[in-house]
Amino acid sequence: MTAYIIRRLAVAIPTLLILVILSFVLMYAAPGGPFNSERPLPPAVLANIEAKYGLDQPFWKQIVNYVVGVVTQFDFGPSFQYKDRSVNDIIAQGFPVTLTYGFWSFVVAVGVGVSLGVAAAIKQNSWLDYLAVGISVGAQVLPNFVLAPLLVIVFTLWLDWLPGGGWNGGAWQNMVMPVIALSTSYMASIARITRSSMLEVLNTNFIRTAKAKGLPMRRVIWKHALKPTMLPVISYLGPAFVGMITGSVVVDLIFSTGGIGQFFVNSAFNRDYSVIMGITILVGSLTILFNLVVDILYAWIDPKIRY
Amino acid sequence: MFPNKATVEALEDAAHMAEVQGRSLWGDARERFFKNRAAVVSLVVLICIAAFGFLGEFVAQWERDFVDFSLMGANATQGVPSFETGHYFGTDASGRDLFARVVQGTRISLMVGVVGALVAVVVGTLYGATAGYFGGRIDGIMMRTVDVLMSIPFMFVLILMLVIFGRSLFMLFLGIGLISWLDMARIARGQTLTIKNKEFVEVAFATGVHPLKIILRHIVPNLLGIVIVYATLLVPSMIIFESFISFLGLGVQEPNTSLGALISEGNKNVGNGTPWQLAFPLFFFVITIFAFFFVGDGLRDALDPKDR
Repeated sequence: MTAYIIRRLAVAIPTLLILVILSFVLMYAAPGGPFNSERPLPPAVLANIEAKYGLDQPFWKQIVNYVVGVVTQFDFGPSFQYKDRSVNDIIAQGFPVTLTYGFWSFVVAVGVGVSLGVAAAIKQNSWLDYLAVGISVGAQVLPNFVLAPLLVIVFTLWLDWLPGGGWNGGAWQNMVMPVIALSTSYMASIARITRSSMLEVLNTNFIRTAKAKGLPMRRVIWKHALKPTMLPVISYLGPAFVGMITGSVVVDLIFSTGGIGQFFVNSAFNRDYSVIMGITILVGSLTILFNLVVDILYAWIDPKIRY
Repeated sequence: MFPNKATVEALEDAAHMAEVQGRSLWGDARERFFKNRAAVVSLVVLICIAAFGFLGEFVAQWERDFVDFSLMGANATQGVPSFETGHYFGTDASGRDLFARVVQGTRISLMVGVVGALVAVVVGTLYGATAGYFGGRIDGIMMRTVDVLMSIPFMFVLILMLVIFGRSLFMLFLGIGLISWLDMARIARGQTLTIKNKEFVEVAFATGVHPLKIILRHIVPNLLGIVIVYATLLVPSMIIFESFISFLGLGVQEPNTSLGALISEGNKNVGNGTPWQLAFPLFFFVITIFAFFFVGDGLRDALDPKDR
């Protein structure tokens, strides 16, 4: 097990480095510097600014500085657009928001998805089953950027039940729609995966044995069927996590929650390279870390896996 | 010496009968596909959508970038969909004909989906087949590369690229092409691993066929079934992907448009009493995605019998 974790780490760390270097090279290759505006600055001023941000140094020195800064101090440097703030300030402001509703979306997606899937599999061809299948088909064609506006139309414009946006310090009214918008399609996928996996497990010999022994159905499902059922679900958690992080950009934008997604899109329009890079690297690290955790979890749960 | 006429005719008949009786894999698949009603209906719907996207321009009464200034501020009352004004789908917030714009949006969304799927088919299949066929260290290196690339959040890197190199359709295609082949490479490799131990590959190898030719002539054709299924399922996710980027305003740029950009625009104006600006693009988006999913499902059932 330890050897497996070390081997996975040995892949994860270079991946992170590649991501950091890739982002930096992309930024370096960009035509025009971040301070080329319509009103050209006097060369002396430009030289001073570039010296301040370390842009006058040779390429290899810049990249080493950046990588060392990111790796050792988690420092993404200053924002090129907001002169008084560093990328870290921006992340510190936006990330807790994204993390909060992202966490709840994840909980809802897994909790509701798994229960719905299990219920649908146990009561196959009941109304519950059709509901689960219907939701998972419907959610496939309603990605979050379509679902979110529809939610606003229904719950804010028509029914006037929920505020159409804002964060309000994380009040639950402000959280309902972002969480629904972000979690629905993953909830649906998890329900579909759980359902088919559960159906497969329920047809295996060890379940038949457990039933034949006279175990109550509840015990058969909780004690015997659930664990093998969860395996494909766990391997889906990695992609689901990535999808939710990406989807949070849309949620931030539509509901103006003030999460990192909003900063990300704003920076993308303002060509604020350091902020985009910082957020890209942050999201990338989270993704890689999460995939690592999922893989380890998988190896731990599945006795068949060879590591 | 020569066989007499009767024998020749009998032989011809026999050959003919054999032809009738012979059931190829593809013939079987076609039959199974056409028995699946949802898939067939979806296929017809898809053909209609494609016709709409590529021929709709000839039906439109207005140019897609013609701005009707007389509608400014009066969009909710005068820009309504109607046959009399020729604005079948109404007008957008700037007074442009929504029908012409939805036609173009559908076309671009379809193109993005198809290009993404094509790149995946060509690059992913060849890459996966090569890795799977050679195995060993080459396989290790090639597939680890795919693993590394897959764990990068590409949506963010693509946005970074769009910002740095400018927002253009070409960059969008390039970015989508860069991502789409990764899954396909894995699928193709997995399939190749089972194919490469079959006798016909051994025979080809034993008779000294060049490895490249073995891959192209003997392995890739046998991958096609699963590749086609996956490519069909990839198209809608590519369309969603592009719409996502365009929704953020980073994808297709004015005066061009795509369904994602149109949905975004309609969404912004939904409070102004112009629901058709959201409804029409959304309708085309949803039925396109739906149709692709059902066709993909039908193809999977038809070409991958063990999954039924």
